[in-house]
Amino acid sequence: MNNGRYGEYGGQYISETLMNELLYLEEQYHHYMNDPEFVEELNTLLREYAGRPSLLYYAKRMTEDLGGAKIYLKREDLNHTGAHKINNVLGQVLLAKKMGKTRVIAETGAGQHGVATATAAALLDMECEVFMGEVDTERQALNVYRMELLGAKVHSVKSGTKTLKDAVNDAFRDWIARVHDTNYVIGSTMGPHPFPMIVRDFQAVISKEARQQFLDKEGKLPTAVIACVGGGSNAMGAFYNFIDDEEVRLIGCEAGGKGVDTPYNAAALTNGKIGIFHGMKSIFNQGDYGQIAPVYSVSAGLDYPGVGPEHAYLRDIGRAEYVPINDEEAVDAFEYLSRMEGIIPAIESAHAVAHAMKIAPEMDKDDIIMICLSGRGDKDVRSIAQYRGVDLNE
Amino acid sequence: MSKIPNAFKNGKAFIGFLTAGDPTCEKTVEYILAMEEAGCDLIEIGIPFSDPMAEGVVIQDANVRALKHNTTTDDVFDIVRQVRAKTDVPLVFLTYINPVFFYGYEKFFKRCAELGVDGIISPDLPYEEKGEIADIARKNGVDVISLIAPTSKERIQKIAGDATGFIYVVSSLGVTGMRSEIKTDLNAILKDIRDVTDLPLAVGFGINTPQQASEIGKIADGVIVGSAIVKIIEEHGQNAKDALKEYVSAMKKAANE
Repeated sequence: MNNGRYGEYGGQYISETLMNELLYLEEQYHHYMNDPEFVEELNTLLREYAGRPSLLYYAKRMTEDLGGAKIYLKREDLNHTGAHKINNVLGQVLLAKKMGKTRVIAETGAGQHGVATATAAALLDMECEVFMGEVDTERQALNVYRMELLGAKVHSVKSGTKTLKDAVNDAFRDWIARVHDTNYVIGSTMGPHPFPMIVRDFQAVISKEARQQFLDKEGKLPTAVIACVGGGSNAMGAFYNFIDDEEVRLIGCEAGGKGVDTPYNAAALTNGKIGIFHGMKSIFNQGDYGQIAPVYSVSAGLDYPGVGPEHAYLRDIGRAEYVPINDEEAVDAFEYLSRMEGIIPAIESAHAVAHAMKIAPEMDKDDIIMICLSGRGDKDVRSIAQYRGVDLNE
Repeated sequence: MSKIPNAFKNGKAFIGFLTAGDPTCEKTVEYILAMEEAGCDLIEIGIPFSDPMAEGVVIQDANVRALKHNTTTDDVFDIVRQVRAKTDVPLVFLTYINPVFFYGYEKFFKRCAELGVDGIISPDLPYEEKGEIADIARKNGVDVISLIAPTSKERIQKIAGDATGFIYVVSSLGVTGMRSEIKTDLNAILKDIRDVTDLPLAVGFGINTPQQASEIGKIADGVIVGSAIVKIIEEHGQNAKDALKEYVSAMKKAANE
């Protein structure tokens, strides 16, 4: 990929103040990724600390119940901190440390990336501050406390829609004032180059492992890989090493919210238009005159008005397909997987589970679906209870 | 033809910024004319955006106020039309690139040319991405104003070498907003830029007091003030005209002392 471009998408649409830092980050990234010592250090952390490789679990009851394709779950929920986010932050925080930085900042929606960053910062002895929309601090209060417990400072962002996109704005505003000692550990395959590349590369471990696990277990590759897409990091990680295997369908599930024909969704690839925001040219939910639109999802982690540039590109060239999953379907899938397999998925990942539930029955028994189970659902129990009208008095 | 050179013909230039539509479009027209009358040499008109990433709280809030009553890009062009009926003061848009991209580059710059907008400053369009608009802007006689930051270092060479209109020198790290002191070694940066170009150099970010204007006026060709002006509009709302005139004339005077 040249100059951070994925077809017409990507690029570096960012303040001049940050440009040299981005160029330096890219240079340092390539330097350390070619340094066997760094790679070994990172791999040791992934193995000994994060718990990789993650399991590829055959969901037997779910497979039998749906009566079609064989279903496997790539268990990113079993990673330390309970989501795929740790794969990326260990890489980025270790890189920041090698670059001589003493402080990392991060944005977070559901709180998973914030928790992961706070965790890596604690482990690697870095100062950490996390930006989180005020709305999200309320619906994910437990994760706020978790980050504080890990020694991070959490900023409740009160500007704009007070959700993920505003947290990103404030993280950039912080970074632009402190480029000398701080790295912005971005949480998804988004932002200006080199971030979409760096995050994708660190998350690609998901598909690297999965591809081999399928060859070992089934002697063949899956028919379809399904992952949820907000900014798109777990999906990019789950897709990446299958991109050249053209027979493998790659399916991203966007947040359909209350429906893609209502204003209450976050389905950028379904409803969005090409634009330039948060440092990248990509697809964004936007209103008349290019104002970024408020978005909605039951899932704080998918509540983002855009998508990473590589996803926009994969869609344009027809390599990946993207479908909206609405709140109700995701909540049904959340409950279904809990009862069927004894696995409570993150509400984000439940979007991918929901799509598998739709297509598996239509598929052949020889077919295989991999669901990227990007995170665990403990953090969502309260909000799902609320969604169902259950009063959890503490 | 861009009228930007005119801004630097009257001693040290004072460049003022306001957000279009804050508090209303009618008032923006009135305030631009008042600022010009008080000695403002060039006026930056901010096109409101939902996510002004490079702005501090004061200008963020102005964007919110302007968007609350749906100030659109067409409304901003209409403000320019009304201003142009009264004055030839150089006018430059300050806008994030998405509203321009969405409007359509061809259509946007054609409107700029028709109405007499002299330049565009886009905080999220660095040198590497300038190609988005450079040709279309040039074709329409609109200068794309380049920003140079304290972190630009060796990038100064190519940025300044390719610049038009004037150069916007960012005084400090961080977002826009009033600062009590500017710590950057501006002299060194200005010298590096002057080695490359003869274009006027205007310094912005953080400047709000006459004393700061005076200090900048001694070393640069122009002083840019945004947040302090927007703050006056925030405080006085519909009745900011006199306070704006007083402030602008004091700053213009200080920049030339």
